[in-house]
Amino acid sequence: MPKISRKTVLTVLLYLGIVAITPLCSKAPFYRHVLIMVGLYGLLGVAWNIMGGYTGLYSFGQSAYFGIGAYTSTMLLVKAGVSPWIGMICGGILAAIVAAGVAYPCSRLRGPYFTIASQAVARTFQILMTNWDYVEGAIGIPLPLMADTWWLMQFKGKMPYHIIIFSLLGIAILVCYYIERSRTGYYFRAIRDSEEVASSLGIDTVRQRIIAAMVSAFFTAVAGTFYAQYVLYIDPESVTQHALSIEIVMVAAVGGAGTIWGPVLGAAILMPISQYARALLGGAGRGIDLILYGIIIMLIAVVRPTGILGFFQRKPAIEGEGGDDIGTTITASTGTDDEVRGSAGQS
Amino acid sequence: MNVGLVQALLSGLLMGFVYSLIALGLSLIYGVMDVVNFAHGEFLMLGMFLAYWFSVLFRLDPLISIFIIIPLLFVVGVGVYKGLIKRILNGTRISQILTTFGLSVFMANMAMFLWTPNYRLAERTLTRATGDLPIFGVHVGIPEVIASLGSIIVFALAYYLIRFTRTGRAIQATSIDSEGARLVGINIDNIYAITFGLGISCVGAAGVLLATFYYIFPYVGTFFSMIAFATVALGGFGSVEGSFVAGILIGIIESLGGFFISPAVKYAIVFMTYMVVIILRPATGLFGW
Amino acid sequence: MRFGGLLANHDVTFDIYPGEIVGLIGPNGAGKTTLFNCISGFLHPTEGSVLFKGENLIGLKPHEICHRGLVRTFQITQPLRDMTVLENVMIGTFCRHPQTSQAREKALAILETTGMWPKRHQMGGELTIPDRKRLEIARALGTEPDLLILDEAMAGLNPTEIQDAIELVKNIQAQGITLFIIEHVMEAIMPIADRIVVLDAGRLIAEGPPSEIVRNERVIEAYLGEGRHAKRKQHSS
Repeated sequence: MPKISRKTVLTVLLYLGIVAITPLCSKAPFYRHVLIMVGLYGLLGVAWNIMGGYTGLYSFGQSAYFGIGAYTSTMLLVKAGVSPWIGMICGGILAAIVAAGVAYPCSRLRGPYFTIASQAVARTFQILMTNWDYVEGAIGIPLPLMADTWWLMQFKGKMPYHIIIFSLLGIAILVCYYIERSRTGYYFRAIRDSEEVASSLGIDTVRQRIIAAMVSAFFTAVAGTFYAQYVLYIDPESVTQHALSIEIVMVAAVGGAGTIWGPVLGAAILMPISQYARALLGGAGRGIDLILYGIIIMLIAVVRPTGILGFFQRKPAIEGEGGDDIGTTITASTGTDDEVRGSAGQS
Repeated sequence: MNVGLVQALLSGLLMGFVYSLIALGLSLIYGVMDVVNFAHGEFLMLGMFLAYWFSVLFRLDPLISIFIIIPLLFVVGVGVYKGLIKRILNGTRISQILTTFGLSVFMANMAMFLWTPNYRLAERTLTRATGDLPIFGVHVGIPEVIASLGSIIVFALAYYLIRFTRTGRAIQATSIDSEGARLVGINIDNIYAITFGLGISCVGAAGVLLATFYYIFPYVGTFFSMIAFATVALGGFGSVEGSFVAGILIGIIESLGGFFISPAVKYAIVFMTYMVVIILRPATGLFGW
Repeated sequence: MRFGGLLANHDVTFDIYPGEIVGLIGPNGAGKTTLFNCISGFLHPTEGSVLFKGENLIGLKPHEICHRGLVRTFQITQPLRDMTVLENVMIGTFCRHPQTSQAREKALAILETTGMWPKRHQMGGELTIPDRKRLEIARALGTEPDLLILDEAMAGLNPTEIQDAIELVKNIQAQGITLFIIEHVMEAIMPIADRIVVLDAGRLIAEGPPSEIVRNERVIEAYLGEGRHAKRKQHSS
């Protein structure tokens, strides 16, 4: 095991401190709701990041796995009285299995092709859930109000939810931290840069892509279960809709894809904007937050694709892929080129 | 043959021509600029709303206003290229995906903010050309027939423009080898602007034609984007002829899926068809090599 | 155990013996890179076989071939742009050393022997052409291959850099690694190769020690004329 550095200890303490202090700043339920949303989307962003940020598989269909998590735990609770904690694990595992089933046939797809395919899967899933009578179709399922207990993950106040979501987020960050430092993390990044090189150096790219998709789907589904328990009502519109997939990508991209804290930062920036915009403007302001998201994401993509965290890091390497190679080749070899031309002229 | 089946095949075919036109724009932009326009459907939505407002405010039939909207959207397309797309042409894949996606999110929600999320059309008829037309013993709506005929005409015009005019040949040259085209004196920047404008005009025209019988609402575009992706993947990214055939196929697959299984899941069947195609032939679609 | 490969491509058959440096030359479009792609698993030939340590490699994926001890570099250098030089080489060393710390140690050792150590913290995308070529080799060495195949590792280098590259190749041979090299720069390949294989229009037209190859009429006809032409082109571009 690598030794734990002081920086790591400080980071953990800082995280715990912020998580503990922020809800005490105000007792307003709405304020605490916003914090919980930051935690929820932070978790979703971290999960997406494992696939999108590190491995370069830009999934725009994470809502399917969120839906699997929400529906699995809810159905187990409603039909069989199973604790949502067990449902959460079941949902996570089911989502991981589905993700593997999707990732395997999609393993030859890259860039935008993968993005479109992930969207097609999520939309198909939404259509199926809307038309599946066993899960009440479009009507949705209200979760029965039972008791204020940890076992059933139902609480009257917001603090327990706050603790749960930030614990889950903490676990996801730890997993991400571990992956980043292990061979798997290096392999993910190699695949993001060039699958051809990765496979020539002995990396089973299909296998690594499936691992990334499974880990990502697991945590996305866990977030889905939490959402169901928090809102106590699910329907295909709320837990499988396309807008959710978009928000997840935005959170990660705004904060900085491919970094551990980027998605958390993104959630901390975007969630207050969207929650307060919705609250302030009410029905008339529907979509205002997403208009802002659209503008922010375009700005970031054009100005600094590495996200806001990227502003604090070193300037990234020359951007672009494939075709760009020629451009850099020319600039890089200008010095020696003249030399060669000179000697050729003499001979 | 079963009347219902004939009805399904016919309406699938009619819708298919509209899909062809939608896919043409997407395929063209991808083929020439190597950018997947995730905001493609939103321009369709824009075309629909423009047709709606021209009808409501100026009492212009969409079949007339289309002559105003096509050039208008061409200008919009050129503007979007100059202001946004141009900046990401040499960017990373993720910045290209995020930019056009951001644009789609922005446009859809701007429409929702300005024009409310309500479904329109139920409240009034936009075009005077209404009623049913009996073909092969089944009845099809005149607006549907007009929309598919209109789509064929616009597609043919765009095809002519691309294949047989000077500008079109420059576009083709750029799509084959942009560096080579630059060397022989083609202004790549202009070609890109024209291509983007043309692509947007095509999908916008499809929007106007659809507006005569389809529900108009801000999120209509995200859905049609998916249909367009499926069509283009089927026809091969960048292939003009492929778009045409694939559009018809998608239209028929959709309506047959609705007929044989259930109308509620017909789009799920389209998306699954798409998945099968891209898994089997990821780069080329059915008609590419 | 017979080490070496029986390689077939368009009726191309030849052997590579342990410890050798074998050069593959031929005019542009002769099918050199295609042959490489078939050997390394990036392309699957319609027929024929590639025998390596007694095993047929046909049908194996590139990563499986790499694990068996055969690794390649790319003609168009492909540094992993968003990773440092050290991390680039670690992707190679992870092949035999799953632990991060071991992989890092091994990678640093390779960086030292290949002369890339001072640049270990540079990003892959920031490197100059000679460094990129060197990184390609270092990364491949990281997988601890028995047979290393280099695709034009010296093209585009100036004479001094070519000398450095020749030293590197000899160094690699001294470590007991067999090399199979596509090369356009004749001055670079002729002095170091034990044997040369010449390909023209997808067919093997000559095979033998460099001294024989330069006198072979078919080679002079098919390749050397074209070779000079190619060199001129390369210089004036």
